[in-house]
Amino acid sequence: MIAAFALIAGVVAGLIFRPTVPNWLEPYLPIAVVAALDAVFGGLRARLDGVFDAKVFVISFVSNVLVAALIVYLGDKLGVGSQLSTAVVVVLGIRIFGNAAAIRRHVFRA
Amino acid sequence: MTAPPDTAGPADHHKQRHRRSVRVSAGAVIAILTAVLGFAIVTQVRANSRSDNLSNLREDDLIGILDNQDARADRLRQQIADLQATLRRLQDSGDRNAAAQQQAEQEAEALSVLLGTAPATGPGVVVTITDPQGKLGAEDLLDVVEELRGAGAEAIQFGSARVSTTTAFTDANGPVAVDGVDQSAPYHVIAIGDAKTLDTALNIPGGVASVVRSDGGQLTVSERASVTVSATRSIPAPKYATPSPH
Repeated sequence: MIAAFALIAGVVAGLIFRPTVPNWLEPYLPIAVVAALDAVFGGLRARLDGVFDAKVFVISFVSNVLVAALIVYLGDKLGVGSQLSTAVVVVLGIRIFGNAAAIRRHVFRA
Repeated sequence: MTAPPDTAGPADHHKQRHRRSVRVSAGAVIAILTAVLGFAIVTQVRANSRSDNLSNLREDDLIGILDNQDARADRLRQQIADLQATLRRLQDSGDRNAAAQQQAEQEAEALSVLLGTAPATGPGVVVTITDPQGKLGAEDLLDVVEELRGAGAEAIQFGSARVSTTTAFTDANGPVAVDGVDQSAPYHVIAIGDAKTLDTALNIPGGVASVVRSDGGQLTVSERASVTVSATRSIPAPKYATPSPH
């Protein structure tokens, strides 16, 4: 509940402050967002499974974001930035779909 | 996520207070993280939907785009050079065409004066021939024209008729006719050319002036600085002859 309210509050704040993305953050922000979404979906699933742990959620959230940013950074340094970004997005997308399927089973019993 | 029971001992109470503070701080961290996530999502969506898409592209892509633009600019510059060369060529040929056309127009004007299709003006003489006894025939009047032409007259008007290469003087039906139009004395002839030469040619001893005088008439020549031959004639289209290639 708190998380949902906080998410909405963040969106509202973004709409109000109209921030611009600083240059150094530009390549990482989209990947970080996808990684964080993966963590959020994972946390939601865990909560529905009854095994939610705040510590696990926080750590997985932060580490997801950091690892995603690190992969993009490494990819940029190695000259395969766009390919690695695609790979990260694909993997995280698959995980999000899996989590979404589990959540769906909980919510709709189907 | 069960609510802690209120009926707990003092030791449990302390422990539970500790757990509750942990839960609260964990919830705060989660709230912060999800708020940041929402903020980031909005930020990224806004950044992505800006019209300037280049700012989101990676260095490799930008280099590729730049290369493409450079190649395109080169192609366009090449096209500009080609088109400018074509333009110069066409302008040159246009100038040549214009010069040729101007020359052709001048020639056409000169020829139209000589052919009698255009009015002409210039220095010349006005000849008046009286014939009180009616003795002058077509031949005598033709002699006047021949004499004028021989003296270099470029445009001649006899009465109201323009004299040209195909002009005919006839007197088969009595009065003298020029190109089929009857003329009557006194005859007026206008000729453009060197006035003095024309005058001299007509008044040469034994020439047309003396012939007219011997027939009882009078031929007077007046030199003018400017006379106008206003009569024109149309060119008959050649029926049989066509220009032969050089």
